[in-house]
Formats: sequence, structure tokens, C-alpha cells
Amino acid sequence: MELLDNLIFGFSVALSLQNLLYCFIGVLVGTLIGVLPGIGPTATIAMLLPLTFNVPPVAAMIMLAGIYYGAMYGGSTTSILVNLPGETASVVTCIDGYQMARQGRAGAALAIAAIGSFFAGTVCTLLIALFAPPLAEFALKFSSAEYFSLMLMGLVAAAVLAHGDMVKSLAMVVVGLLLGIVGADVNSGVKRFAFGFYELADGIGVVTIAVGVFAVGEILSNLSDPEERQVFTSKVTNLFPTREDLKRSFGPIVRGTGVGAFFGVLPGTTPAIASFSSYMIEKKFAKDPSRFGQGAIEGVAGPESANNADAQCKFIPMLTLGIPASGTMALMLGALMIYGIAPGPQVMTEKPDLFWGLIASMWIGNVMLVVLNLPLIGMWVSLLKLPYRLLFPAIMAFSAIGIYSVNSSSFDIYLMALFGILGIIWRMLDLSPVPMMLGFVLGPMVEENLRRSLQVSHGDPSVFVTRPISLAFIVATVLILIVMAAPAVRRLWGAASAG
Amino acid sequence: MKIELRHNKDFWAGIMLIATGAASFLIARNYPFGSTTRMGPGYFPSMLGGILALFGLYVMATGLRTGEKIALHCSLRALIVLPLALVGFGILMTYAGFIPALALLIFGSAFAGREFKFVEVLLLTLILTGLSVAIFIWGLGLPYPLIKGF
Repeated sequence: MELLDNLIFGFSVALSLQNLLYCFIGVLVGTLIGVLPGIGPTATIAMLLPLTFNVPPVAAMIMLAGIYYGAMYGGSTTSILVNLPGETASVVTCIDGYQMARQGRAGAALAIAAIGSFFAGTVCTLLIALFAPPLAEFALKFSSAEYFSLMLMGLVAAAVLAHGDMVKSLAMVVVGLLLGIVGADVNSGVKRFAFGFYELADGIGVVTIAVGVFAVGEILSNLSDPEERQVFTSKVTNLFPTREDLKRSFGPIVRGTGVGAFFGVLPGTTPAIASFSSYMIEKKFAKDPSRFGQGAIEGVAGPESANNADAQCKFIPMLTLGIPASGTMALMLGALMIYGIAPGPQVMTEKPDLFWGLIASMWIGNVMLVVLNLPLIGMWVSLLKLPYRLLFPAIMAFSAIGIYSVNSSSFDIYLMALFGILGIIWRMLDLSPVPMMLGFVLGPMVEENLRRSLQVSHGDPSVFVTRPISLAFIVATVLILIVMAAPAVRRLWGAASAG
Repeated sequence: MKIELRHNKDFWAGIMLIATGAASFLIARNYPFGSTTRMGPGYFPSMLGGILALFGLYVMATGLRTGEKIALHCSLRALIVLPLALVGFGILMTYAGFIPALALLIFGSAFAGREFKFVEVLLLTLILTGLSVAIFIWGLGLPYPLIKGF
């Protein structure tokens, strides 16, 4: 049993005292910030990334992953308790979760959300352990032509499947690619788009751009339309769901996990799409659909499992192929590069401790979430009363210190301000920053693989369609484009991803 | 220019993409282009710039057809004050030290919000600055002088 050996090895890494501690810190901080409204998981990770630079890579990745699913879980807590989704993935949970809270069943809703997330987390940990190695092994045989086509497919799919206008998303991928190649060219040493700033010779930092666009940009947009929040502070008394609750939730949790895992490996789909789809499926399956919207526990169990499964399975393409499927994964990939690890299929063979340790830690993190969150709900609720006007200066302060600490350079702070402004302008014009982020991280690799493929083929571009695997990626890319460009599909998808 | 055009979302999105694409293309022309077999540093960015400008044209045309308006309105106050607070932080980090830079950033950021209560913001600045000194300078050992000249 190679799988078992690998998992045991992974657990031996993840269960070391240091890694457990970082996992715990990650989950705790992630939940804390996930509960706070107005700051999403991507901005959270971007803000805290500089703090991990002095930590060994394995521990750092474990902590970042903990922050990620902690933030996802924190978001559902606020949806249930105050009808205010901490991040977009929890929008659906608001519908029935909040109704349950109003009926005095907040405890049951929170417990089911935790159980569902835990189940989904366990299944997805197994899925990753099962499917990641063969996928990585397959990808190890790729040459530059296959890589280029794969990245093309990843980027196009991410842009096309994302919420919003297709052409604009594709354009933002190109913007990202351009931002990604700023700095000295590896082959010639020519400094591109540096405008004479020596600080730009090494390119723009992934943290700088992410904090600018996501943290500062989000604050700017939140300050523009202030939302009055009403905290519905029902006492959370009975945490235990009834037998009836459990019986009703079993099916939705299993189906939600399946739906989430499916959408999880697709690039560009947000957890919101997974949770929305799960909600629609449960409504279809239900004997009495009219209960939905009135506090049906299935409407919490399904979507919560789905969004956790989605979040976790996003790790599969990132870890095995080096292809980020979401903005958060783009940051994780950037983090790997900062730690000096080249992302791609060789991570599994060259850094087995990182690979298997991270996978095992995801399961441990899910256990911690259940144990940690249910008793601490009172504390999370009191955090919710913190007004935003006190919150955002703190986010600004921590972000700025983090960015400054990367290079001890004020120049990065000015860049962060610039990208904050760009971030709000892009949002106003509905130009999504997530595809930009994916393009940014992959930019140099796309160029390098394109260059190498064409060098080997002596300038003949048919190399991308004569090699069978590469051809398959190109065909898939074209198919995705054609299918998603069909107006009917577009409308349906638009409705689903709008949540 | 018609008045509606000023609020036309996709029109401006298109303009922005075209401008970015065209600028990239023109700047990349200064770098050796090479050939398809031996791509120079200018090859890839020129290509991307061209593609981006084409996308931009399409988006602009869509905007002229549909005429959708910009929905999100940005608070001008926040847009000016927040970046200025960051620039102030950058300058003070170089010339005055960690404490003045951070205090300015926190106080300045708070000023970007709609509600601004002086005493509350002052307290927030004091607490957050103290906390940051404890966490980042003493705790994590970041090597920045608290106040320069002391």
C-alpha cells in the first residue's frame, strides 16, 4: 500500500510539534479574519504571507493552508449568525442558515456546517492523496510544448469559467501576463517595463500586487458603499443537532462533497459556484422544496460541504501541475517560488515532506476547526460587533508592515498604493482581478515554455498540435471557449456564479 | 462626446485595455524582437500588447452597443486619502522611523472613512501602534528603528 505509506509519512511530518503549532496558528488566524467582514481569504493570505518568510517552507505552507480553510469556515459562521457572508462562498449559507438562527437553531446550523465541512475535508484529503501522485507522474513527462498548452488551457478556462464577462476576463489574463514579465528577462538580461527603477529589476512582488489589489482595493470599495450591519445576537445554546437533523443532512453532505470536488479541480470556478450548485441540487432532491428558505438544514449542509470540498480540491492542480485554479492558489504558488521551490510535478518527488505533510495537515486542520470553532463561537460573535471603521486602519497597518518587511523598501509601499488604486478602478469597470493574478504568477513560465517550444521546433508553431498531449490541451481549450461562448450556457452560468 | 459615454462601463474598460495594450506594444518595440525561432525580449510583450488592444477594441464596441453604466461608485475621499497615507508611511519609514510612520498610516487611513471620531481614532492609533511594535519589532525582530535619531 503505497498510498498508506505516503499518508503515514505525511502525518509524521504534519504531527511534528512545530508543524502542528503552525497549523493551529493558521487555522485560528484564518477563522478570526474569516469572521471579520470585508476581508476575503485572498487578501488575508496576501497580508500574512510576509510573516512566513522566516519559517521553514513546510511549516509555512501548512500555515497558509490553515489560514485558507480557516477563513472559509469563518465565513460560514458569520453567514449563519448575522446573515452576512464573510466571503462570497457563504452567500448561499445565509439563506437557510440565518433562518435557522432566527428560529433559535443557530447551534444546530453551525454544528452541521462543521460536520459537513469536516466530512468534505476528509474525503478531499483522500482524493488528493489518491489522484495527485498519478497526475504528477503523468505531468513529469511533459516537455515545454505540453506545458505551454496546459498553461494556456488553465488560464483560458480560469478566465472563461469565472464570473463575469468572458472577453474582459481573458483581457485581464493578458494584463496579468504583462505584469508578470516586468523586470530583467532571463535570457537577455534586458530590463523590461522597469521605467528606470532599479527596484523593478527583479519584477513586481507577488505579495505587493496581491495586497494592493485585494486588501487595499477591497477597503477602497468597502468605504465606497458603507453597509449598515445588524448583528443578530441570539444566544447559541444547543450545539447538538437532533437525530432528525443528522438524518436529513447525510445525503446533502455526501452530494455536496461530490459537487464541490468536481468544481474544485476546474480552474476559475469559485467556491460560490460549487455551493450554489449544491443548493439547487438539494432543492430539486427535496420532498418538500418549499421548506428551503425557511430554515431547511439541507440548505446549510449541502452548500457548506460543497464549498469546503471545492476549496480543498483546488490544491490538486496547484500541487501536481503548478497551475493555480484560483486567486488564492496563485498566491500559494507565488509563496512556493518565494521559498525557492519551483512549482510543478517534481514537487512531489523532490519535496515529499512538503507534499505529503501539507496533505496530512489539511485533515488535521479540519479536525482543529471542528474542535476549535464550536466552543469558541461566543468569541467569534463578539468579534462581529467590531465596527469596520476601526478594522480597516488595522488591515492597512498590518499590510503595509508586511509589504515593507519583504525588501525593506518604501518603493514596494508606493507600488501597493498604486495597485490599490488600479484595484478599485478595475472593480468599477468590472475587470476581474482574479484572472489577472493567475496570469501574473504564470507570466514568466508561459513565456519561457513558448520560447523553448518554438526554439526546438525551429519556429514551427505546429509543434503545439502535432504532439498528442499538447493537442489534447489545445482541443480542450477551444472546446471550453466554444461551449462557454454559447449564449444559453453563458446565461445559465452567469446566474449560477452570481449566486 | 455624449453625456452617457462618461458613465459607460465597458467603453472605459475598453479604453483602459487598449491604452495598456498599446503602451506595452510601443514600449516592447524598444527591446530586441528576435525571430520566432529565437524569441528576443520584445517578442512576447509585443504579442501580448497587440492581443490586449484587440480585446480592448471588442470590449469598447460592446460598451457602445449595450451602454451599461458603472454601478460601483468610488468614494473620492478614500481614493485620495488612503494612497496618500501609504505614501506618507513609505516616506516616514525612510526618514523618521517605525513609530511615526505607522501612526501616520493608521491615523491617515481612519481619516479616509466617512465617520471620523477624533478621540476614538487617536486611541486606535495608540493601541495599534503599540501592538505592532510589540508584535513586529520585539516579537518578530524586524530590524527597523522605532524613531530615527534616538
